[in-house]
Amino acid sequence: MLTESPNIDKDLIPVLKTVSDPEIPVLSVLALGVIREAIEVNGVVKIKLTPTYSGCPAMDVISDDLKKAFEDVGKKVDVELVLSPAWSTDWISEEGLQKMEEYGIARPLSETHDKDVLLGNKKMVKCPQCGSTNTHLVSQFGSTACKALFKCDDCHEPFDYFKCLK
Amino acid sequence: MNNLYKYLLTIADNSLILAQRLGELCGHGPSLETDIAITNISLDLLGQTRSYYQYAAKLVGENKTEDDIAFLRIERDYKNCLLVEQPNTHFGFVIGRQYLFDVYHYMLIEKLQNSPDENLAAIAKKGIKEVSYHKRFSGDWVKRLGDGTEESNKKMQEAIDDLWRYTNELFYLTEAEKEVVKEGIGVDVSSFKEEYYKEVSELLTEATLTVPENKYFTKGGKEGVHTEHMGYILAELQYMQRTYPNMNW
Repeated sequence: MLTESPNIDKDLIPVLKTVSDPEIPVLSVLALGVIREAIEVNGVVKIKLTPTYSGCPAMDVISDDLKKAFEDVGKKVDVELVLSPAWSTDWISEEGLQKMEEYGIARPLSETHDKDVLLGNKKMVKCPQCGSTNTHLVSQFGSTACKALFKCDDCHEPFDYFKCLK
Repeated sequence: MNNLYKYLLTIADNSLILAQRLGELCGHGPSLETDIAITNISLDLLGQTRSYYQYAAKLVGENKTEDDIAFLRIERDYKNCLLVEQPNTHFGFVIGRQYLFDVYHYMLIEKLQNSPDENLAAIAKKGIKEVSYHKRFSGDWVKRLGDGTEESNKKMQEAIDDLWRYTNELFYLTEAEKEVVKEGIGVDVSSFKEEYYKEVSELLTEATLTVPENKYFTKGGKEGVHTEHMGYILAELQYMQRTYPNMNW
């Protein structure tokens, strides 16, 4: 059973940092918080990966990318998919959230606020382009299952909002 | 085959067949946003199905994989309820079917999270976060269509009236389910039947729709006896594996 905080061997971090989420390329898998364990046992790197969403197609790509990244530095890898504990948007690092915003995706709000904005009641999601909170929900599902589609009523740009998952 | 395997199928087959139905709408949704939403929901359901089938494949052993379970069974071996195999007649049907299933699905996996079976609990804990979004989406649309124009109200009502007869089956227990419930691993679906109809009725009323009162309900899917639509779904779903056995991509 894995605990909330991941068990990652420091020596492996430089390689893990080179692997990014194929759908949000500015975000490394470490910043996304999907690596729950990465340790070296008898010369084999053992990685436990947790999906953001059950059907997230990025998981297969991430798994392949991890294998390639470690094989490139001459290490054997064993990637295992684990479901429990379930991934939460709380596991995205602050640095990751900032990069995501610079990339044009609004960061997840708290659970209660997330519900408010997705039910269309409140204007709280900050436009990553101009910073205005004068935004409205276009669709609860955006370009991927983890995002919702919003539009800014000040700069009129559409943008993705990363939904809160807890 | 053991009861737990059969139990997994009664849950997972619902998600597989509904995912397939929703997948049919890819590129054909009534608007870009609903198209994307519906296929996103389809993807979530498919992801959950894979987790259940991977677990089921382990129980079977004999080098079976999730793909064997998904693609290589005959119609009678699929244990999904009749509701999820009903066709995408019009958008009201898509939303009605989704909502009637989502409320049930949510209540089921909410309870399944507490299963002493670690695999089942983990899949449920992962899935519940996704299903709460599904339910919100379909519930919102039932309200929007029901309390919309005269035409949208008529169509939404028509869908609910037509699909209502399949809801009772959701709470019917097969022999395998009864056994797994007895072992304390599975969820007794009949235990939240009343809660289900209460929640659904409240939302339908809020959507200015009439709660159907028909006494006739139909069942059979959970025992493998499907409606005429099922064969067509499987013909499409299984085409690749049947035509090119063991193909990979």
